[in-house]
Amino acid sequence: MSKIVTDVVCPFCGTLCDDLEVSLSDDGKEILEVYNACAIGAAKFLHAQASDRITRPRRRQEDGTWKDISYDEAVDYTAKMFAESKKPLMYGWSSTNCEAQGVGSELGEVVGAVMDNTATVCHGSTLIAVQDVGVPGCTLGEIKNRADRVVFWGCNPAHAHPRHMSRYSIFPRGFFTGKGAKSRKMVVVDPRCTDTAKTADIHLQLEQGRDYELLSAIRVAFRGEKLPDVVAGIPKEKIYEVADTLKEGRFSVIFFGMGVTHSLGKNHNIDIAIAVTRDLNDYTKAAIMPMRGHYNVTGSGQVWGWQFGFPFCVDLTRGFARYNPGETSANDLLMRDEVDSFFSLGSDPGAHFPNESVKKIANLPSVCIDPHITPTTAVCKVHVPVAFVGIEVGGCAYRMDNVPIETRKVVDPPEGMLTDEEFLKKVLDRVREIKEA
Amino acid sequence: MAIITLNPIQKPSLLLEADNIKPDVFAGKSLDEIKALHVFMGTDQLTLGEFFEVSGDSGATAADTKIVIDGDISRVKYIGMKMTAGEVVVNGSTDMYAGAWMQGGKLTVNGDVDAFSGLAMTGGELIVNGNAGNYLGAAYRGDWRGMRGGVIRVSGNGGSDIGTFMRGGEIIIGGDVDVHVGTHAEGGKIVVKGDAKSRVGGQMVKGEIYVFGDIEVMMPGYQYRKDVDLEVDGVSGRFALYEGDMGERHPKKKGVTIYGQLYMKY
Repeated sequence: MSKIVTDVVCPFCGTLCDDLEVSLSDDGKEILEVYNACAIGAAKFLHAQASDRITRPRRRQEDGTWKDISYDEAVDYTAKMFAESKKPLMYGWSSTNCEAQGVGSELGEVVGAVMDNTATVCHGSTLIAVQDVGVPGCTLGEIKNRADRVVFWGCNPAHAHPRHMSRYSIFPRGFFTGKGAKSRKMVVVDPRCTDTAKTADIHLQLEQGRDYELLSAIRVAFRGEKLPDVVAGIPKEKIYEVADTLKEGRFSVIFFGMGVTHSLGKNHNIDIAIAVTRDLNDYTKAAIMPMRGHYNVTGSGQVWGWQFGFPFCVDLTRGFARYNPGETSANDLLMRDEVDSFFSLGSDPGAHFPNESVKKIANLPSVCIDPHITPTTAVCKVHVPVAFVGIEVGGCAYRMDNVPIETRKVVDPPEGMLTDEEFLKKVLDRVREIKEA
Repeated sequence: MAIITLNPIQKPSLLLEADNIKPDVFAGKSLDEIKALHVFMGTDQLTLGEFFEVSGDSGATAADTKIVIDGDISRVKYIGMKMTAGEVVVNGSTDMYAGAWMQGGKLTVNGDVDAFSGLAMTGGELIVNGNAGNYLGAAYRGDWRGMRGGVIRVSGNGGSDIGTFMRGGEIIIGGDVDVHVGTHAEGGKIVVKGDAKSRVGGQMVKGEIYVFGDIEVMMPGYQYRKDVDLEVDGVSGRFALYEGDMGERHPKKKGVTIYGQLYMKY
């Protein structure tokens, strides 16, 4: 009979589902099946069992082939790389736990690094806007129980956060939303007819890159002022209708994603979306929430916010924290040749960054900490595989609504493998040894 | 006015942070003292003398001191940052933060400036005989007080986010600009002699924007008021006056609501 582990937290997306059940083999060493998870979450658990998984660090040889090295050799390479750099870039920090992020922050401070997380190519623009104008927020629980007007702006949870709509935003029957989806009006704003858009009551198929104008038009409509006949490809009658729909709700919530944070205008789109939410609070209760991607990118912002005062793009080279996305952001630093070594943990910049940046990484001394083989490991000099956080080691993670959830360990990592936190502690000790010598 | 000349002798391998290159610091110092001033490259603290040949004399006060930089310093940040008086002339291009937080004096760049130049400026003159990067005369991250005084004059094109959160002063762009001009502005004057793309005056509370060329996409919250004849920066013409942004909050003065004003030249 197989053993079932209940209340497992899924370490994939920012929805951080905490109701997974995992069945293990009798000896408790192998994951057999994953219940309740979406296809992506289940695949992540099962992938930890892959027979071709890399379990020891590797170093790239002159001829491009990999040579297995010990963890101690990998620690030594990483520590020397940091000690010799004038301005190392430490990037990633999103697919790991807050404990590892804490040790990483200490290491960054000791070596004088620039630390950036995946928000820089994701919801970093949201963080800039929040700093500029504040944010009326809430938790996903409040949305489940109260929200009767749900807007998805430039995001596609049907594919990117597959259980979001069923657990929190559209389908669940909450305390004041007893009829589930029937008690909610769903508005999707997206230039494409996505699977999320197909389930919407109202789909505003706007012109690509005109989100700022449309959000501004909704604010104009709230105030009952005149609008041009068509804004962003949407007729004004439709805009007035949507404005009224949102005003008439008991609780409106706006979810937004990459469609607005990384299209034309970036932080300004979020800035004005927050302004729309603030305006709505004159008529009803309203909140706004970013659809955070990696399961603990929010935690990374929390840890750094607490340690340094800034949630991403933190420049520690001068011994104090400085922050200015556009200058201290990973892609700008790489493209402008401002850094002389590269360290990645808990992300895949090889897949997410523009090609120009990835080329620069390939030419720098570089270390990639990742349980998987990724496009980043393909361009880095040393690859250090580690245990999967949330599967082989527990630790704290923050959900997209800034609620911390303790993830659970389900199985042991392959013998002799280190966790992110253990590896970083060894590097930190070694760096201190080198600096004292 | 005493003149100090800096000649770049070494291109920094990473970007150089030279927040000491301004008349306020150079005034009253000998050449050796100036050469010993710090610059930063990553975690390394180095000296100005390692990157520049320094000649000439400094004046007794900042107002009596003129700094001339002959050569390309496109990998040097913070030229003339927080300067209060005197003059700096750069015969080449500079990197980010040229004249940022400037309070007085005159900074002339005979080349291009990168992003965040004239950031949160409160006084003085920043002349760019070339193109400017993004965030010209904007607010520092998280600050609601952008440019509050002084003049920025760019002969070439501007980038995006010009005069974000602007509250005073004047920005004149000779060429075209990218998106977001005067976003969140609560005062000040921006003149664009070329074309603008879109998002001109978005979320603007008050202030003035003049556009001589076309605006590709107008903000929906602007309403046509009337035609006016004006002289703007030496150019006379007929302008269409629009007021907005209607979606934004607006103050009242003597019972009349004050809007942001957008003038488009015919």
